[in-house]
Amino acid sequence: MIKNNIKYLVVLALGLIACEPEFDNPIEDAGTYSSGEADFSNYVALGNSLTAGLADGALYITGQENSYPNILSKQFAFAGGGEFTQPLMADNAGGLLLNGSPVLNPDGFNRFPNRRVLVFDADAVPIGPAIYTGAPATTEISTNLEGTFNNMGVPGAKSFHLGAKGYGNITNLATGRANPYYVRFASTPEASIIEDAVGQAPTFFSLWIGNNDILSYATSGGVGVDRTGNPNFQEYGNDDITDPGFFDTTYRGLVGALVQNGAKGVLLNLPDVSSLPFFTTVPTNAVPLDAQTATVLNTRFALYNTQILPRLALSGVISTEEAAQRQINFVEGQNFVTIVDESLTDISTILQSPAFGVDAQTASLLAQLRQATSEDLIPLTSSGNIGVDLSGDGTLITGVSVPLGDADVLTLAEQALVERARLSYNATIEALATANNLAFYDVAADLSQAANGGIPFDSGVITSQFVSGGGFSLDGVHPTPRAHALVVNGILDAIKATYGVNLPSVNLSDYGTITVSNEVN
Amino acid sequence: MKKLLLLVLFVSVTMVTYAGGYRVSVQGQRAIAMGHTGVAVVNSAELVFFNPAGLVYLENKLNVSVGASGIFTDVVFQNEQLGISAETDNSVGTPLNVYASYQVTDWMSVGIGVYTPYGSEVTWPTDWAGSQLVNNIDLAAIYVQPVVSFKLSDHFSIGGGPIYVTGSVNFNRNASRTTTDFEGNRSNITIDDSGVSSWGWSIGAMVNLTEDFHLGFSYRSEIILESEDGVATFSNFPNSPAAPPNGDTSFNAELPLPAELTVGLSYEYKKWLFAFDYNRQFWDVYESLDLTFGNGQSSINPRNYKNSSVYRFGLQYQATEKIALRAGYYRDETPVQPGFFAPETPRNDSDGFSGGFSFAITPKLAIDASFFYLRFEEVEESYDFGDGGSFGGTYKSSAFAPGLGLTYKM
Repeated sequence: MIKNNIKYLVVLALGLIACEPEFDNPIEDAGTYSSGEADFSNYVALGNSLTAGLADGALYITGQENSYPNILSKQFAFAGGGEFTQPLMADNAGGLLLNGSPVLNPDGFNRFPNRRVLVFDADAVPIGPAIYTGAPATTEISTNLEGTFNNMGVPGAKSFHLGAKGYGNITNLATGRANPYYVRFASTPEASIIEDAVGQAPTFFSLWIGNNDILSYATSGGVGVDRTGNPNFQEYGNDDITDPGFFDTTYRGLVGALVQNGAKGVLLNLPDVSSLPFFTTVPTNAVPLDAQTATVLNTRFALYNTQILPRLALSGVISTEEAAQRQINFVEGQNFVTIVDESLTDISTILQSPAFGVDAQTASLLAQLRQATSEDLIPLTSSGNIGVDLSGDGTLITGVSVPLGDADVLTLAEQALVERARLSYNATIEALATANNLAFYDVAADLSQAANGGIPFDSGVITSQFVSGGGFSLDGVHPTPRAHALVVNGILDAIKATYGVNLPSVNLSDYGTITVSNEVN
Repeated sequence: MKKLLLLVLFVSVTMVTYAGGYRVSVQGQRAIAMGHTGVAVVNSAELVFFNPAGLVYLENKLNVSVGASGIFTDVVFQNEQLGISAETDNSVGTPLNVYASYQVTDWMSVGIGVYTPYGSEVTWPTDWAGSQLVNNIDLAAIYVQPVVSFKLSDHFSIGGGPIYVTGSVNFNRNASRTTTDFEGNRSNITIDDSGVSSWGWSIGAMVNLTEDFHLGFSYRSEIILESEDGVATFSNFPNSPAAPPNGDTSFNAELPLPAELTVGLSYEYKKWLFAFDYNRQFWDVYESLDLTFGNGQSSINPRNYKNSSVYRFGLQYQATEKIALRAGYYRDETPVQPGFFAPETPRNDSDGFSGGFSFAITPKLAIDASFFYLRFEEVEESYDFGDGGSFGGTYKSSAFAPGLGLTYKM
C-alpha cells in the first residue's frame, strides 16, 4: 500500500510538471527576434538633452528611465543587448546643486531648478506648469559618478561640445566651458564626450546631436548671431547658430570616431524647431482690447501711420513694403503684439530731426517698431511678458504701448536663419549615414507630422499641442516618455531597414506624458 | 490491479473541472473523478450539490461526504509584437466541500451542504504589462445549503432548498497604463470586502426509468453579490486635485454568480456506471463589472459574457468490492467573448480530463481520491476596453487539481 502510494505521488508529480502551460513558440526562444547584421552587446548613445532624457525643464530619474536610449536598450536585450547604464540623477526633483547650493544666473534665478509639474486648481482645472517644490534638489554636480555610462547624452551639448576636452572639468564651469551634467560623469577632467564614448568600444551607437546648434538661438528669441561662414567656435556665444560648414566637419569627425572599429549605428536628424510647442503655444495676437481702448491707441498712432511712415517711404529712408509692415492698428478683440524688430530700419534719429520733430522718448519707441504677424513666434518663456501693466495706470502695457524686445519674439527672418542652418545640418547627417552604411532615422518627419495633425497610435493621437498633446513635456521643447517611445519605434524601423534587425516595438499607450502635482509654492 | 490504476491515472490523464468564467467545478471527489458528472448519479451525499432530488434514493440512512482539492493553476501570456510576457504566480486554491444527508422517512430525506462553486485566484506580477486590468484577484464564494428531498414514487423524486452565500473579494489593479505618483510609482487601487452575503435556491428532480437508468435535472439560481461595506484603497496617486486622494474610501460593486441548469443521465451495467451531464451556465448576467467609489471615482469594465455549455462524461468501474475506479472527460466552453478577454479570468474553451478512485476502508468509510487536469489551447485574445486601448496577446492556461475526500455511510 505504501509502495503504491509512492507511485501515485510520482504520477501526481509528473502531472504537475506536465500542467505547466507552455507556448508553442515562446518569445524567449532564440530565433524569435534577431539583431540582423548589428551587434547590440554594447550600445552607447550620444547626444544632448533629448538623449539624456531631460524633460519638464530638468533631468530626473524617471525621465532618464524613459529616455529613448534606455527604452531602446530594453528592446535590444531581446537580441543580445547588454546592460545599459545611465548617469542617473540623485532624485526625481531634478535640480542641480554645486557645492550644496543652487547655481544662480546673473539675474539671481536658479539655472538648474527642479522640473516642472502641472498644477490644478481646487476644481481640477489646470492652471499651468510650475516648478516642483515638494522635495529639494539633491544632485550634486561636483560628485563624479565614476565608471562608464552607456547613455552619454549631455543636456545642453552642441555638436562641437562632444569633442571638447575639458567639457567635464568642474573648474571650467565658471567660464562656461564645461557642462555640469558632463562634470558628473566625465572619466577625467580633460576627457571629451566622444573619447569617453569611443573608450567603451561600442558595438552599436546612436547619435542625435545638433539640435542645440540652432535651438538656443531660437529659444532666446534670436538674440544670438548666425555664425554661418565662421568656423571659429571659440568666438561663438551660447545663443549663436553654428556654422553649417563647421557642423559638417564636426559631425564627420564624430561619426568617423564611432565607426572606426566597425561599430554599426543609427543617426537621427534634427526637427524643425518652429513646430515645438515652446514656440507655437503663445499666440502673437495675445492682446485683447475693448473698442474704446483700441480707438484711443489708434488715435495716438494715426499721425505715425498716415503721415510719418508715408513720408519716410517717399524720402527713401524705408521701403514702401517696410512702411506697410510698420503700420500700427488696433481693433476691438485680439490684437497682434507690438515688437521691436531688429531687421527694421532704425528711424529714431530721423524722427528726432527737425523735419519730424518727434520727442526722444517717442522716437525711441518707434525706432524699430511693428506689430507681430501670425508668422512670428513668441517663446513660451515670454508669455509672462505680454500685457504687463508696467506703470499701473494702463499707459505702459507690454506688447501694446511697450513693444516686446528681441528676446521675446522669433521673427520670420530669424526663423529663416534657423531653418537654413537646420536643412544644411540635416543634409550632412543623412549624407554621412549613407556614406558609412549607417541607419538613418528621419525623426524630423515624424515630429513634423506630430505638429501637423498628429500621429495616431493604439489609443489616441500624439500631437505637439502643449500640455495636452502628449508629445512634449512641460518645458515645451523636450519629449514626453510617449514621444521617446515614438522615437524608439522610429529607430527600430530604421535599423530594421538597414541591418535586418527584427525586434519588438513598444506600445505608445504604455508611456506617460506629463506629471501632475500641486506640490508647488 | 496496480496496473489498472496506473493506467487510469496515466491514460485518462485526468484533468478536472474548472469551468469557464470564475466557476470552479470541484464540488465532490467522486464526481470530479467522473468528469464532474452527478446530476443523475445516486452514489453519495454529493447529491446535495448535484441533485438534491436523488438523496432520497440513497440506500443508507446517514450519508456524509467531505473533501478538498488543491487547485494548481497557471497562466502564461506573451505578445510577440511588443516583446512582453508574463506568468501568473497563483497560490494553491483549496476548495472544500461538506455534504450530509439523513433519511427521515422512506419518502423524505434532508441534507445540508457547504461548497464553493465560484472563485478565482489569479496573481500576475505587480505592474506587469496588463496591470491596468489586474495585478491580482482573489474571489471566493461559500455556499451553505439545507435541502429536502421527496420521493413521489419509486420512479420520481424532487428536492431543493435555499442557498446562503457568503463571499469575499480582494482585487488590485493599476489605475491606468501610465499614471504614477511623482516618484514614478504606479497608481493603483485595491478593493477588499468579505462577508458579502446573499440568498438563492436550487431545485432538482430525478426520474428512475429502471433501477439502473436515471435521469436528472437540477437548477441553481442566480445570486448577485452586492458589495457595499468594503474598503477601496487608493495608492500612489499624484498629489493633485486632478487625481483621487490616496487612502481608503468605500465602494459599491455587484458580482453575479450565474444560474446553472444541469440535465443528465446515468446508466449502470454490471460493474460499470456511465454518466453524462450537460451544464448550461447563464453567464449573460455578467454584463459589466462596475465599481463606484466613495471618493467620486468610478470604473466601468464591460464583460458581456455569453451563456455557455459544458458537456461532461463520466465512467466508474467497481474493480473490487473495496475499490471503485473512475475517469471522466468534459468539454468546457468559455463564456468570454472575443475582445472581452480580461486577464483576471483568462479562460478560453478547455478540455477536462479526470480520474480517481474510492477505497473502502470499512464498509462504512471510504477514501475518495480524484484529480483533474484542464487543458487549454493557446489563444490569441484581447480586452479591447479600458485605459490605453486594447490589451492582448497569446494566453495559455492550465489547471490541475488533486483532491481527497471521505465518504461515510451508516
